[in-house]
Amino acid sequence: MDLNAGPEYVSFRKEVTNFLSENIHMAGKARTPVRPSKQELEWQKKLIDKGYAARTIPQEYGGFGADSDVLKSRIIAEEFSQSSIPLGMANQGISMLVPTLLELGTDEQKKSWISKTISGEVIWCQGYSEPGSGSDLASLQTKAVDDGDDFVVNGQKIWTSGAQMSDMMFCLVRTEPDAPKHKGISYLLIDMKTPGIEVRPLMTMTGHAEFNEVFFTDVRVPKSQIVGKRGEGWYVANATLTHERGMLGDPNQSATRLKEIIDLMQEETFNGEKLIDNPVYLDRLMKLQARVLSMSFNSLRLLTASHKKSDAKMAKLIVKLNGCQLNHDLAGFAIDLLGELGTIYGKSNHDHGSGKWQWKFMFDLGLIIGGGTAQIQKNIISESGLGMPREPKPILEGKK
Amino acid sequence: MEFALSEEQEILSDSVKKMLSENIDIDLLRNHSKGDEGIRENIREIVVEMGLPGILISEEYGGSGLGILEASLIAEEFGRYAVPTPWIGNSVMAPTALAFKKGNNLAEKWLPLIASGEITACVALTEAVGKRSNTGLELNNSKVSGTSIFAIDGELNPRIIITAVDQELILIDTENTGVTICEIPTIDSTRPVVEIIFDSVDIEIIPGGEKAIQKTINVGRVLLAADILGASSNMIEKAVEYSLERKQFNRVIGSFQAVKHMCAEMAADLEPCRSLLWYAAYAQDNIDEEADLLSCHAKAHLSEIGQDVARVSTQVFGGMGFTDLLGMHYWFKRIGLSRQILGGPEKVRQEAAKIQGFLS
Ligand SMILES: Cc1cc2nc3c(=O)[nH]c(=O)nc-3n(C[C@H](O)[C@H](O)[C@H](O)COP(=O)(O)OP(=O)(O)OC[C@H]3O[C@@H](n4cnc5c(N)ncnc54)[C@H](O)[C@@H]3O)c2cc1C
Repeated sequence: MDLNAGPEYVSFRKEVTNFLSENIHMAGKARTPVRPSKQELEWQKKLIDKGYAARTIPQEYGGFGADSDVLKSRIIAEEFSQSSIPLGMANQGISMLVPTLLELGTDEQKKSWISKTISGEVIWCQGYSEPGSGSDLASLQTKAVDDGDDFVVNGQKIWTSGAQMSDMMFCLVRTEPDAPKHKGISYLLIDMKTPGIEVRPLMTMTGHAEFNEVFFTDVRVPKSQIVGKRGEGWYVANATLTHERGMLGDPNQSATRLKEIIDLMQEETFNGEKLIDNPVYLDRLMKLQARVLSMSFNSLRLLTASHKKSDAKMAKLIVKLNGCQLNHDLAGFAIDLLGELGTIYGKSNHDHGSGKWQWKFMFDLGLIIGGGTAQIQKNIISESGLGMPREPKPILEGKK
Repeated sequence: MEFALSEEQEILSDSVKKMLSENIDIDLLRNHSKGDEGIRENIREIVVEMGLPGILISEEYGGSGLGILEASLIAEEFGRYAVPTPWIGNSVMAPTALAFKKGNNLAEKWLPLIASGEITACVALTEAVGKRSNTGLELNNSKVSGTSIFAIDGELNPRIIITAVDQELILIDTENTGVTICEIPTIDSTRPVVEIIFDSVDIEIIPGGEKAIQKTINVGRVLLAADILGASSNMIEKAVEYSLERKQFNRVIGSFQAVKHMCAEMAADLEPCRSLLWYAAYAQDNIDEEADLLSCHAKAHLSEIGQDVARVSTQVFGGMGFTDLLGMHYWFKRIGLSRQILGGPEKVRQEAAKIQGFLS
């Protein structure tokens, strides 16, 4: 353990806080699941130029190209969350595809996509789940057939977040129908404007259409658009899923949220008493604060481990499960603080900002389910983390 | 910057673990709980032989000059094995109190004796955290009278007692007349706590005032949290082990998803606590402005998670968990005691709120 910040870091923190106080007006408020506006794109560019986003992505791919430095990453995260400013754009392309390409993509693929993705110019969606294949993702049926220079794709994806505004999809398809289910999958990069793709938005419990159904009819995808080899898609996807789980449990988001809740408690009153003066609410706040701190320190541990290329084991496996539940609980607390006002979900004279919290409360429940449900996370923790056995396979009918 | 244990810290923790695994088992805990006094002396001898009591004490006084993080790693192992020996009061709180102001007479006199293991020191700060009825100390003409309860590490005829009165830390030499010590029977038979009655006893003031009291309480809280971390880790580990042996419906119970998920939840709850604890322990020596707050959070959060782990892991054992046969209840109870001493979770969270200026 050495959390000592040398003078270099003290001045680095100063640099970050100066940047924030000078530029705070340019920042978007929250991470929105819609296409970035011109303002957001400019902000993202500024962040990359300063090294506050895409920090460790090599310069040749449009990143800042810094060595990984745990303390600097933490300083950036802390100062951004203190100012309630999101740490640059976070979307599935940046958080999942880019690390995957860096690890497994061809040079050509890295050059074509990474720079445009981190800048926000190209938006990606993740085409994994299908109507019959959710938790049991490896059973997916969307087919890709070899035809000259292309694969021809037919089938359906579902729950595809953001597909309606995406340029590209990273997608899992079955290329080897005769191979065992995990060995017959390939990972394709598909242009969403290709003829034969139809996107139908799906309304969710939040009242918005955060995700979609995507239908493929004879969609031609050039063979150069495969990441990894044919039949290795499951392996490639698992590399990506690890990154998704890191993104979904992001403790910086929890820290920002906690800060917003403290502000709310200092502003709101009930029977003339400030909420922050109510000992019962304070107790709940302190409980949540301890969880937020634990997860932030846990992420420092992960950063150090990844820097040293050592396996963080349990500390890594628990991030998605804990982080998503924590964010959901934080939003639930904000709603409780507002009481009946916390239920307002639309225009009203009495709106005290509950809409945002209600949306988060519901959407975070979605995130507890999405990207591998809480139950699947617990399977992984008990099997990979604690060495407990897998579920015995049921005896299939007809095989008796 | 590095958020990980150093190699030396890993080695220290491993060597303590090895020593404990060779010397402490469930039969010993059982015999100890039945009143076999010899056990305490034996374990104490081993701990002294390893040089552990001087872990925090500077080298000039014969210790090894390490920090609260190292002391916490040892506490974690003591929790894992439910070791019945003085640690948190004698080797951590007392040295922290005595060394708060560098080079004072009392430090010079007593720290070498604590480091060498010649004496033990008991710490009685319960009333500095919060007073129950019929307890508390008073000073009259430089003599102290009154009662302090739940004092830590008073079971082996402590030579000195460190307590607080009128916002000062004071030291009492038990060779003076007027000190009566008796054990309080709590749920936790692995770690005795005592009641001390003072009847007009001579005192000496340890320099440092309120700040020294606070710091001594802080490190005590962090160390209790570390003990809970170790005890909880052990309960999870033992539960998983048992679940891989015990069969029902022709399967090991660890292959039932309900059981797997109980274990996964415990592990997921406990793992971030380790990071919290490391940070809190590190902060005690290195980040002054966060030391108070983090000691509160570590103590309260581990108390809560520890209680959950104690409950759920007991369930994994089924009826066996409820019996005395496997002895898992020693850890259940040890966690139960750690949760309450030096401030229960609500009390400590209230302090955490105050530290941040939320409560006037
Ligand atoms: C907000 C949101 C965004 C999403 N975004 C995307 C996206 O962009 N791209 C994409 O491809 N997918 C996306 N998904 C899909 C998501 O990955 C799946 O919903 C998820 O993997 C669960 O699959 P399912 O919905 O088919 O549920 P099922 O797999 O049918 O699960 C139903 C219930 O059964 C339980 N269950 C299933 N199997 C097991 C088991 N082995 N052990 C214990 N319990 C089990 C589950 O935990 C759950 O409670 C998103 C989902 C949500 C909610």
